[in-house]
Amino acid sequence: MNADVRLEVGTELPTARYELSRDDLRAYAEASGDRNPIHLDEVTARSVGLPDVIAHGMLTMGLAGTVVADWVGDPARVLSYGTKFTAPVVVPADAPAVVEVAGTVVALDEAAGTAEVDLVVTSAGAKVLTRARAVVALS
Amino acid sequence: MTVTVDESFAGRVYPSTGTTLVTADTVRAFARAVRAAHPSHHDADAARAAGHADVVAPPTFAVTLAQAAEQQFVADPAAGIDFSRVVHGEEQFTHHRPIVAGDEVAAELHVDRVRVVRGNAMVTTRVELSRADGTALSTVVSMLVVRAPEPATPTEAPA
Repeated sequence: MNADVRLEVGTELPTARYELSRDDLRAYAEASGDRNPIHLDEVTARSVGLPDVIAHGMLTMGLAGTVVADWVGDPARVLSYGTKFTAPVVVPADAPAVVEVAGTVVALDEAAGTAEVDLVVTSAGAKVLTRARAVVALS
Repeated sequence: MTVTVDESFAGRVYPSTGTTLVTADTVRAFARAVRAAHPSHHDADAARAAGHADVVAPPTFAVTLAQAAEQQFVADPAAGIDFSRVVHGEEQFTHHRPIVAGDEVAAELHVDRVRVVRGNAMVTTRVELSRADGTALSTVVSMLVVRAPEPATPTEAPA
């Protein structure tokens, strides 16, 4: 975060856009240990009623967490972070899914030195995370 | 149809069964997977310059330690959870101090809530991550939804 920018409620974070391929899902599965086949195998995904392979919700949450950490300038300053998962990020075999992240400061606590950020995370026109909020330390 | 998750698991506590060493390689691989390029994740010198003992885990890394602990409940056949029908409902991290490479992390699992709503089970777990010396690291609350199976045949009566 640029220290010269005056932070106030309504301040917007820089938007980010990520492409997710099946290889990216495999890399997240390896890195996280979450090898649920609905993220890796379309036959399994379809057999349980999903349209295709879907990204790990935690991968999407992780990408949005990266946006917050980059903005605040130090990942250790992300004090809390939560979300509901409301729609899947569908990842076809032949083209990457696109995940877009926007964020807005919705509260400042000057005594505690913290800011609360509301994140809007969408893919293919659908809001994939709901009530995605992080509290960050400002120094 | 309805799922058959055992609601009597609510309230159970699974003490830590040992510690997991967080390595710099696991921190870096996780950071790459979530596109976190900050030097604190990748370069021990940069992390030390920022006041940390070693490379710092990204904000959602704690889920890897929490999910391993959750398996004690989620993978217990007696709990009745079909993992292929599990979708993630909610996740909340509260970080007490950053997790860094070299931490030996203990995980205490709490099954806070199990309830069946409209045939789907909603299971809320809480994992308290700490260092072996008791220093609190993160509280990780996860809500999983176990989706009801589709009716086996179109003529099957609703449950």
